[in-house]
Amino acid sequence: MADTTIVQPKEAAIKFGKKERKLITDPLDDNNPITVQVLGICSALAVTTGMKNALVMAVAVIFVLVFSNVITSLLRKQIPKQVRMIVQLVIIAALVTIVELTLKAIAFDSYKQLSVFIGLIITNCIIMGRLEAFAMANKPWESALDGLGNGFGYGIILIIVAFFREFFGKGELMGAKIIGGTSDYLLDTSSIAWLGWYENNNLMVLFPSAMFVIAVLIWAHRAWNPKLVDVS
Amino acid sequence: MGDLINIFIKSAFIENLALAYFLGMCSYLAVSKTVKTAFGLGLAVIFVLGITMPINWVINTWLLGENGIFQTDLTFLRFILFIAVIASMVQLVEMVVEKYSPALYNSLGIFLPLITVNCAILGGSLFMVSKEYNFAESVAFGLGGGFGWFLAIVAIAAIREKIKYSDVPPAMRGLGMAFLLTGLMGMAFMGLMGIDPAAF
Repeated sequence: MADTTIVQPKEAAIKFGKKERKLITDPLDDNNPITVQVLGICSALAVTTGMKNALVMAVAVIFVLVFSNVITSLLRKQIPKQVRMIVQLVIIAALVTIVELTLKAIAFDSYKQLSVFIGLIITNCIIMGRLEAFAMANKPWESALDGLGNGFGYGIILIIVAFFREFFGKGELMGAKIIGGTSDYLLDTSSIAWLGWYENNNLMVLFPSAMFVIAVLIWAHRAWNPKLVDVS
Repeated sequence: MGDLINIFIKSAFIENLALAYFLGMCSYLAVSKTVKTAFGLGLAVIFVLGITMPINWVINTWLLGENGIFQTDLTFLRFILFIAVIASMVQLVEMVVEKYSPALYNSLGIFLPLITVNCAILGGSLFMVSKEYNFAESVAFGLGGGFGWFLAIVAIAAIREKIKYSDVPPAMRGLGMAFLLTGLMGMAFMGLMGIDPAAF
């Protein structure tokens, strides 16, 4: 390889300055994968009926995103331009297979509930998008931070959406009964007047509500940060 | 035959890939600004789904299954093989269309390569596996799923074209409205769930 003869500038490979911090904080707000870049919507909608699933999914995506970013970044000079999509997809698919088998072994309930959506991390556009836009042009350490930042930006939206859907749809959080009906876990809510009145809103568990919750989130986000408003 | 029509109708309307399972949402939201482009992408999705589904069925049953040629359970290779098939089929379709129908190629433009990462395609194949369809059923499922996705994206593009002239709060313009509309369309499609597929 001709590239190996190039002398790299003497500079610490791993550092954490202002630029690196921006890589992590930017996707949380100005460049959020879901509400701004519109990437990775499919899984965000489908797995957010409960916070537990959303957490598992967020961890899985962060894992795949960080490692695929690093691997692609290490290989970026070797990958021929014409077949880069297939190479990237194979890297992602291998990592997703690891995640799938791990989940099957340690969290079988979540694995069953997430079903095809674990496999669909492969086509989660956040991952392809970050590989194309960032990892193919940057060093491994920056790519890892970028993956981490975008993973957090994705995960945070997932958890917010899941919070509203699970709380109002089932009256639960993380599977523990909080309001309405009879309680299985924490406290007997039916005996406490101000907790027992709530009737579960079944619409929140169904799929259209995920759309509404994200629409409201986008509204709130853009009202708070007006420079994101769509002017077209 | 009735069974196949049943699966087609079911996958196109009742279990619509876009509006019931939220698959292919990224391109669904990004490419639905005008009806013309939405139409092109929709056609390409029908095409690719209809082709990759039977191929992936053959791979899953004859190559990876326990009764396949290797006589071992190789299903852990499913993701890698499925996505490789999809990526190469998209590439192949692109080359064939470019050679034999330049007009169609120009109208589809960049949407063909985009389809590789459209999760409706991979999702369709994974659903086919989890629903244990046979070969003919997987063809019907692929075409029906593609048709349903096509309908959904053309419908939302038409609505978004009209809503451009409405007075929407600034923060809701564009993406926010698209989400809200998709949610409402999803509710409308939920109405179809009551239909008894046995009636067909």
